Amino acid sequence: MDTSLEGRTAAPFTMVVELGKVREFAAATKSTNPDYAGDPGDHPVSPGTFLMSAAFWQKPENSPFFGVELNWHRILHGEQEFVFHGTPPRAGDVLTGVARIDRVYEKAGKRGGTMTFTESVTEFRNPAGELVAESRGTMIETSQAAS
Amino acid sequence: MSTAALPEVGAEREPLVGSPLTVTDFVRYQGASGDMNPIHHDTEFAKAAGYPGPFAVGMLQAGILSTYATDWLGAPNLRRFKVQFREQAWPGDVLTYTGKVVATREEAGETLVDVELACTRQTGGTHLKGWATFVA
Repeated sequence: MDTSLEGRTAAPFTMVVELGKVREFAAATKSTNPDYAGDPGDHPVSPGTFLMSAAFWQKPENSPFFGVELNWHRILHGEQEFVFHGTPPRAGDVLTGVARIDRVYEKAGKRGGTMTFTESVTEFRNPAGELVAESRGTMIETSQAAS
Repeated sequence: MSTAALPEVGAEREPLVGSPLTVTDFVRYQGASGDMNPIHHDTEFAKAAGYPGPFAVGMLQAGILSTYATDWLGAPNLRRFKVQFREQAWPGDVLTYTGKVVATREEAGETLVDVELACTRQTGGTHLKGWATFVA
């Protein structure tokens, strides 16, 4: 376990919440909700897990894991959380994201060994600098190969 | 704050039964999200990693669970969505999505509704557990 990773913060990145991407993402998650559709000029709200697509706007140096050696074959995605400080982002919004490693901790595994939990959070701010959304992921590294 | 009737604690949404999972669904979601991990679509890669074949992208089912909840309580009203990944899901699985109101509360002048969600495999095994909070 490497708690020295806590607080490791990546370079900021900018993302545009695009109408076509909102529509594509909603369709890929099998939603037919008209709230996630919209025609040219509309500003539909984005789905609850849409901020996963921030990946398209992130270069390697925008990841807090950039330059960190990880055993990716022993790492599972354990949890993912999204918090919205108001209505979720809408098509047309421009967001600045900053990702950091927030917490690193261990738990005993149910079948022996230890599991290392690494929580990273990306904070999204609007052009006024207000925090509008957070995306928090928990990665679990097992001391034994995943089964 | 809307004047719509507040959902009652214990209220459940009619379950959503998905169509059998396909690798095409996974690929479409991976293209939309930008996570192109081959373990979800490349059979040889998945086998080399010790799996019988490609398995479902958890975030796809998480996305479906999220919209299942927002279809119920309103897309613009979502304030928090959390999902925990339990057992893996596989191509051919038929998943059932469920949701239940577990609390209503006041916070900072807003009425919030807390919902518990789940995505269950046809075996009865839990693929996802979820939690969401909406503003009423």
